[in-house]
Amino acid sequence: MLGPRSQHHAGRLAARAHRLSGVLLAVFLPFHFLALGLALEGAERLDGFLAWSDQPLVKIAEWGLVTLLSVHLLAGLRVLALEFLPWRDARKSWITAGGVIAAATGLVFLASALA
Amino acid sequence: MSDTENTLQVRVWRGGEDGKFQAFAVPRREHQTVLDVVTYIQRELDPTLAYRFACRVGMCGSCGMTVNGRPRWTCRTHVDTATGGSDVLELEPLRSLPVIRDLATDMTPFFEKWQKAQGRATGTRSRADDTHRVDPASPRRQAADAAIECINCGVCYAACDVVASDPDYLGPAALNRAWTLVNDDREGDRKGVLAAATAGGGCHSCHSHGSCTEHCPVELNPSAGVAGLKRLSLLAMVGGKV
Repeated sequence: MLGPRSQHHAGRLAARAHRLSGVLLAVFLPFHFLALGLALEGAERLDGFLAWSDQPLVKIAEWGLVTLLSVHLLAGLRVLALEFLPWRDARKSWITAGGVIAAATGLVFLASALA
Repeated sequence: MSDTENTLQVRVWRGGEDGKFQAFAVPRREHQTVLDVVTYIQRELDPTLAYRFACRVGMCGSCGMTVNGRPRWTCRTHVDTATGGSDVLELEPLRSLPVIRDLATDMTPFFEKWQKAQGRATGTRSRADDTHRVDPASPRRQAADAAIECINCGVCYAACDVVASDPDYLGPAALNRAWTLVNDDREGDRKGVLAAATAGGGCHSCHSHGSCTEHCPVELNPSAGVAGLKRLSLLAMVGGKV
């Protein structure tokens, strides 16, 4: 059996983050479509939902979604770069940059949502 | 070399696939390698212990084992590095290979996949011909040189998650060898090598986790070679040229 010292390296963790963020976003999608569907049932129900979504706790949940989306997008771009660009040693810096950009995107969203 | 007063608690895999760990106490010494520990156990404590080694200097690639959950070459791994400062060492055979007995694995599948990836040179000249001139500064030669020093230890193979889950996957070492051949001007069947490396179980099965590169004891980058094979196969598909 391989232990944590073997499994917890940057490339493997990035792949896990890519997969986990994709699964969590897929779980969120039905709720996203439910909210969009409310628009078809009239402006009043949609406005009610949008007012509910202005609560701080919902904003924090939205921060999670934005961060997950950033993680998934950047991890996907990394895979495309690995597959199609010539590279030799730059993989870990790509992972670090992706993590920083995803975290910054989430923080900018949170700051603007709670301002 | 002076002995320390410490004793190392060593758990060693005994038996075949369904074996179990056996505990040994081994005197700890300065600059002690993991292979030193295994050799001490066999010479001083239990001569029936099966393991494999040859050169003891990191050239032959025969002493690979799983050390505290991480595949390593044991002759060049200090105990302090493997244990992280603790007194516990756990030794198992390499993952994803059949266990012969104790710490010795059957490397046959590893080398069969090497052949399946067409990891052997096909010459184009006879001894009557001039030496093939190769420009060492050419990008292709540099790509080959960066990957050529593989010692066939099987550490990358044992570290790879895809090998562990897909018995048909050729693995990083065989594909790394294929990558050196498709970049070698002297190779007579580069198209054949690329076809073998991209067939079922070939480079396109790689998930790009990079565990092979992370664990390679001679610091090669098989992951980059596998990615290079993927790109070459794409170019071959759209352009009809390797």
